Amino acid sequence: MTTTQASRGSAVVMTLYLLFLLVPIYWLVNMSLKTNAEITGTFSLYPLNPTLNNYRIILTDPSWYMGYVNSLIYVVMNTALSLAVALPAAYAFSRYRFLGDKHLFFWLLTNRMAPPAVFALPFFQLYSAVGLFDTHIAVALAHCLFNVPLAVWILEGFMSGVPREIDETAYIDGYSFPRFFTRIFMPLIASGIGVAAFFCFMFSWVELLLSRTLTSVNAKPIAATMTRTVSASGLDWGVLAAAGVLTILPGALVIWFVRNYIAKGFALGRV
Amino acid sequence: MTLELRGVTKQVAGQHWIHATDLVLAPGSMNVLLGPTLSGKTTLMRLMAGLDQPTTGHIHWQGQDVTGRRVQDRGVAMVYQQFINYPSMTVYDNIASPLRLQRVARAEIDRRVRETAAMMRLTPMLDRRPLELSGGQQQRTALARALVKGAGLVLLDEPLANLDYKLREELRAEIPRIFEASGAIFVYATTEPEEALLLGGNTATLWQGRVTQFGPTPQVYRRPQDAVTARVFSDPPMNFKPVQVSGGEAVLDGTRWLVDVPDGRYVAGFRAPHLTLDPGAGTVGLSARLDATEITGAETYLHLRHGEDRWVGLVPGVRDLPAGAALTVWLDPAHVYLFDEGGRLARAAPYAQAA
Repeated sequence: MTTTQASRGSAVVMTLYLLFLLVPIYWLVNMSLKTNAEITGTFSLYPLNPTLNNYRIILTDPSWYMGYVNSLIYVVMNTALSLAVALPAAYAFSRYRFLGDKHLFFWLLTNRMAPPAVFALPFFQLYSAVGLFDTHIAVALAHCLFNVPLAVWILEGFMSGVPREIDETAYIDGYSFPRFFTRIFMPLIASGIGVAAFFCFMFSWVELLLSRTLTSVNAKPIAATMTRTVSASGLDWGVLAAAGVLTILPGALVIWFVRNYIAKGFALGRV
Repeated sequence: MTLELRGVTKQVAGQHWIHATDLVLAPGSMNVLLGPTLSGKTTLMRLMAGLDQPTTGHIHWQGQDVTGRRVQDRGVAMVYQQFINYPSMTVYDNIASPLRLQRVARAEIDRRVRETAAMMRLTPMLDRRPLELSGGQQQRTALARALVKGAGLVLLDEPLANLDYKLREELRAEIPRIFEASGAIFVYATTEPEEALLLGGNTATLWQGRVTQFGPTPQVYRRPQDAVTARVFSDPPMNFKPVQVSGGEAVLDGTRWLVDVPDGRYVAGFRAPHLTLDPGAGTVGLSARLDATEITGAETYLHLRHGEDRWVGLVPGVRDLPAGAALTVWLDPAHVYLFDEGGRLARAAPYAQAA
């Protein structure tokens, strides 16, 4: 009797929790399927006249969909760059003792703690001066500032979980360092690389301030595009909502792929 | 195919990990490095492998100075105490990997992998991954990978220490057979004197970064050069007792026996199994106090106190004796080594000289 009450109670709490959690997302999807007239004119819990017109606008208008393309380009660039830099760095931190290694490791992390706004001005001026302004690589490089430390931190944890003797055995067997690293070592920390890539992807995808400051037209990210609709003819609610839904999707997809490793990733491999 | 260490030392952070060491390992020999934990076995082995570089001194392999040569080019093989394999590869690929790096022909690789796997009894496991195997099988895989490439120098760093008793016995019995088949120089590090005796060959005893003695295993066991070697090569540790020799007679607890060393102060040493609870022909009675007994099924360890000295005796059978009891233990002088005051061997135990 009491157990059924308890389980019913926890079910209620869980339902309420999920409800509150999903209300904003539901409302976003709800809006994206309505016309502007319905959004502003009536209050309805579900679309009375469901329409995909908002999505059609985004997927056909280059000024919209190029926002996604731009964002994806610099996010992928950033993820690849961050991992390419972080893998050797994390290996050095996990395998070698050198002068000031602990300080350097901590200093890397402090980069992660500074708000991006601090770096917006120097980046803007520097990139303008060297002609990198409004390019994808500019945003990708800027995001490395906080993604590389994060990736190093995650990967170092995973790498330290691999016994050093494996490295030595490989050298004794005759593996050169690059060959050992790619053939033996990277498969061993594959889940770590996955988790690091996921975090780089996510942080670069959601970051708005730097990406908007460093671009104007050619590499304009989707988040910046979304603010455009405010000016034209009032607010284009429906299209904006559809854009929002499409912005959530890549993140949700990536989470789905790495869901089994994500907890380990938050523990930074130190499990 | 000789490995020669010439004046090799290793210092880390100002500390001597290995004191100046000269060692010549003969072609096709089994060499045991025997010493307690932290005595420098692993450090010495890593120097031999080329994983670490000696602070001073040189390492010669087949007459060539290989000091400072990359470990990849040394042509050595090594097995660790931990079961080290490549977890992402199958057992077959694990064993094949050194051969693939040597660009051996595919058919030849297949033949040698299967041959080695058969010798290590891994044939049914070739398609599995190392982590799906038992500890013993994982270590066999590591051994197979070390042997398959036909290295001239095979280093085994306490390879059986992490295995359970049964598997350890089993694998230990196989190692001499594997060694015979390979024709390489084997170096085998262990903390257990018994293991060194079972493996035979040569033994180097290590103590605090020094090789105290190197020679044929039975000889090192029976005629240790000094008290330190005797201590390292006895389990339980050798028992010691200062004695006075005058007029060609040693005196211990009022009992005298004839010894052929000059008069003076000596330290008598004898191993645990040579203490008995019952008198025999020519034995010397020593009164001691019993601290504790440990019964291991068919044998009993006696932890004794003789004056200020702590002794360990090992007697057959289950002997249930009360702790704190005063008792007389018996010792045959034929089993007593005499070390001079500097710890050098003055007289080996007569039984060992006869053997």
